[in-house]
Amino acid sequence: MQLSVWTYEGPPHVGAMRIATAMKGLHYVLHAPQGDTYADLLFTMIERRNHRPPVTYTTFEARDLGKDTAQLFQDAAMDAIERFKPEAIIVGASCTAELIQDDPGGLIEAMDLPCPAIPLELPSYQRKENWGAAETFYQILRHLADKSVSPGPREGRKARANILGPTALGFRHRDDLIEVRKILEQLDVEVNLVAPLNARPSDIARIGNADFNIVLYPEIADEAARWLERTFNQPRIRSIPFGVSATRAFISEVAELVGADPTPALGDTSSRLPWWSRSVDSTYLTGKRVFIFGDATHAVAAARIARDELGFEVCGLGCYNREFARDVREAAKDHGIEPLITDDHLEVEDAIGKAAPEMVLGTQMERHIAKRLGIPCAVISSPVHVQDFPARHSPQMGFEGANVIFDTWVHPLVMGLEEHLLTMFREDFEFSDEAGPSHHAAHAPNTAHKAPVMEEEVIPEPEVTELDSPAWTQEASKELKKIPFFVRGKAKRNTEAFAAEFGRGEIDLDTLYDAKAHYAR
Amino acid sequence: MSVATTLPGCDAPQAQSAAKPVLRERGQREVFCGLTGIVWLHRKMQDAFFLVVGSRTCAHLLQSAAGVMIFAEPRFATAIMEERDLAGMVDAQDELDRVVTRLLERRPDIKTLFLVGSCPSEVIKLDLAKAAERLGAQYMPRVRILNYSGSGIETTFTQGEDACLAALVPVMPAEAEAAPKQLLMVGALPDIVEDQFLRLLGQLGIEHVGVLPARNARDLPPVGPNTRYILAQPFLSDTAMALEGRGATRINALFPFGAEGTSDWLRAIGREFGIDSAHVEAVIAPGRERAARAIEHSKAALQGKRVTFLPDSQLEVPLARFLHTELGMDPVEVGTPYLHASHCADEVALLPETTRISEGQHVDNQLDRVRSDKPDLIVCGLGLANPLEAEGFTTKWAIELVFSPIHGFDQAGDLAELFARPMRRRDRLEV
Repeated sequence: MQLSVWTYEGPPHVGAMRIATAMKGLHYVLHAPQGDTYADLLFTMIERRNHRPPVTYTTFEARDLGKDTAQLFQDAAMDAIERFKPEAIIVGASCTAELIQDDPGGLIEAMDLPCPAIPLELPSYQRKENWGAAETFYQILRHLADKSVSPGPREGRKARANILGPTALGFRHRDDLIEVRKILEQLDVEVNLVAPLNARPSDIARIGNADFNIVLYPEIADEAARWLERTFNQPRIRSIPFGVSATRAFISEVAELVGADPTPALGDTSSRLPWWSRSVDSTYLTGKRVFIFGDATHAVAAARIARDELGFEVCGLGCYNREFARDVREAAKDHGIEPLITDDHLEVEDAIGKAAPEMVLGTQMERHIAKRLGIPCAVISSPVHVQDFPARHSPQMGFEGANVIFDTWVHPLVMGLEEHLLTMFREDFEFSDEAGPSHHAAHAPNTAHKAPVMEEEVIPEPEVTELDSPAWTQEASKELKKIPFFVRGKAKRNTEAFAAEFGRGEIDLDTLYDAKAHYAR
Repeated sequence: MSVATTLPGCDAPQAQSAAKPVLRERGQREVFCGLTGIVWLHRKMQDAFFLVVGSRTCAHLLQSAAGVMIFAEPRFATAIMEERDLAGMVDAQDELDRVVTRLLERRPDIKTLFLVGSCPSEVIKLDLAKAAERLGAQYMPRVRILNYSGSGIETTFTQGEDACLAALVPVMPAEAEAAPKQLLMVGALPDIVEDQFLRLLGQLGIEHVGVLPARNARDLPPVGPNTRYILAQPFLSDTAMALEGRGATRINALFPFGAEGTSDWLRAIGREFGIDSAHVEAVIAPGRERAARAIEHSKAALQGKRVTFLPDSQLEVPLARFLHTELGMDPVEVGTPYLHASHCADEVALLPETTRISEGQHVDNQLDRVRSDKPDLIVCGLGLANPLEAEGFTTKWAIELVFSPIHGFDQAGDLAELFARPMRRRDRLEV
């Protein structure tokens, strides 16, 4: 048993729901107890969908267990087909139904159904949401793709691509797709099929009609793309267009594959990130230490953008989905740091505390951790809350996505001039720590009614973190308080490490400033 | 205990006037399971921790339902069962010991620990009662360990509170020999509401009042043959049975919603304790008058409007009565996950003859009825609210009625406003 308060991923059947809800004309018959319908809320509330997810739950109760839950399942399947007339259904069990050992796949086979029925094996006690989505998508393709379809020769026609991976409840999937379509249009590439988002089962049949595949989200579509490569001989684009460089690489890779001229797409002038990042106000971003955590794909991409396009230093990198841990390990090696592969939020919190970053890029959970630690934060990956399904166009991919990323990441940080002022006037009552940077959501200027004379406050001794760390003198303690709050944690840690390394018995002013000189970068 | 069988001892024959046909349906239910009760119960009992023994789905549900609370070091968690726990029973009990030990080391402030059963733990017949007993022997007196089931196969939404309180009844102290007649108020209420009721009961002159659940789960009120209990919530059938098993007697009344409901609730207590009715009227007059005045603000938006409740919390029948008798609304269909015939008899009697009362759910059939009824307002869960809005209906999401202070005189206006606001918003928006 794993003790858990927060889980980064739901169970695998929620992944299957994400595929079913993304598609049209597909219905999911889920063998599940009363109460599992809570998952509908994720779609109707967080993503604000205006339809119920196309899921029928058998809703068995305790009194059904002695009887025929199998019959209940078959009745629910028949009802759903009669009522919704889907082109195809997927059938499976939630975690509880897995235990009562009705076999939805077998039960469906015994029925004479008017549409294809795809059985799903989603082991709830070993796997999670992303895996469930990937497996479901792969099974749908395997069952519905018409293997006799092929794109035929290229003469006299545009190249054709499938775009794979966008789902329901995907972080910015809606807008990423718009940006990727824009690029393909500039390269004169035709979109054969987008799946699962808005695809119908009958559309899936002609997936073989494309020359190649573009996988936007490996967590969802990697397995499907590998199968397509084997079955239809469709090559796959390796670049994922997160950030300016990766977008350029993506354009070049597609252009090369289809024999198109990349110039118009590369010459796209909508990319403002490079100039924004070079303008002098961004100088203060140099070397800012960021801690990055999320799904592997978004985390690795964010680390690259952070270092190469914004000039940050990546001081922590991790993901919660073990299936893609290898990508994170490689990237971490490239950044010269230890990877963090865990689905335990307490471990993430500890790692962030230890790294003492100046900024956190993560999920909804890291947003809360950062808030608790008083560190600026931006969201780069699922799981996310309702505010990260915005009304406005907010992609992460393509050149517009890079613009969005620049604004989103820089916004929580103190602006350069403000940081400068904070350092200059740190004793100033209006720039007290409590005031915080003006971009913090929690900013509430509470200095308005204060007398402009600061009371001599009692400085508590800094917490002793380790038993053997030397004690701070009152004077050094007070000096530490003068260091702006967003770098104070690091200064404290560095000073203590320095004192321990050089055998200083206590930390006085000299130790503090010797340490500062020692660690100067 | 299955939710649909009538409870033995609680199936008093209904008064003829209150006997209305009830439409009973089976099929897909769009409801929460009892685990959701933890979200408000853990705020109420400040020394208690709720450990769900379940699957990742259970953890995911709690996190979805608890929203932002999940980040405030909440006093609940899930022991997520993994494959190796399903392999053998002995192993699962050992694992449970390990998890509980780790938890109690981390949180020395916990005085009561609830082991909460879920669908997966019930289906594999993991004996949590035995685990609670074994661990209790180890940790008493520092920590009391109890168990109940919040599983979806056995409980719907607020029935989780019922199961939890019913688990507390056996450990309530016995009242002293020759104890005076005392009152027990049953059901978790927001602190502010509980305090208002205690003040009113004090003004009535009732000296001995206990509350279940107590704010401190180790500080339970006594119970015995001289205890008269009154329900503040309509979903407490198992708790009521357990209290009667210990000799307590129920005071029958309307539930304390609105000016009328709250007055009837207090009058019933007054009668039971032999308090002069003139004094009772004098005590309730100011609050009753304030409530009537506050309700008036919402009347324009609601009077004459047709309302449908979809099943969610068992609050539907009393709330439909409130909207009908105090705001002039016309209840078209009142759906409830479970209708307790005797606890709700007085409420049902006050609904119009034309109201369709339904118990249980076949969600698609029910939505077909909604579409042909075309009510002005639909009270429903969040899984249905936006889809129904997109079809052109006006909705009020039901969960808020469980999470907000709505009982008593001084919340009557807020309660009416909860229903009026979506109607007014609809009229206001021009896009």
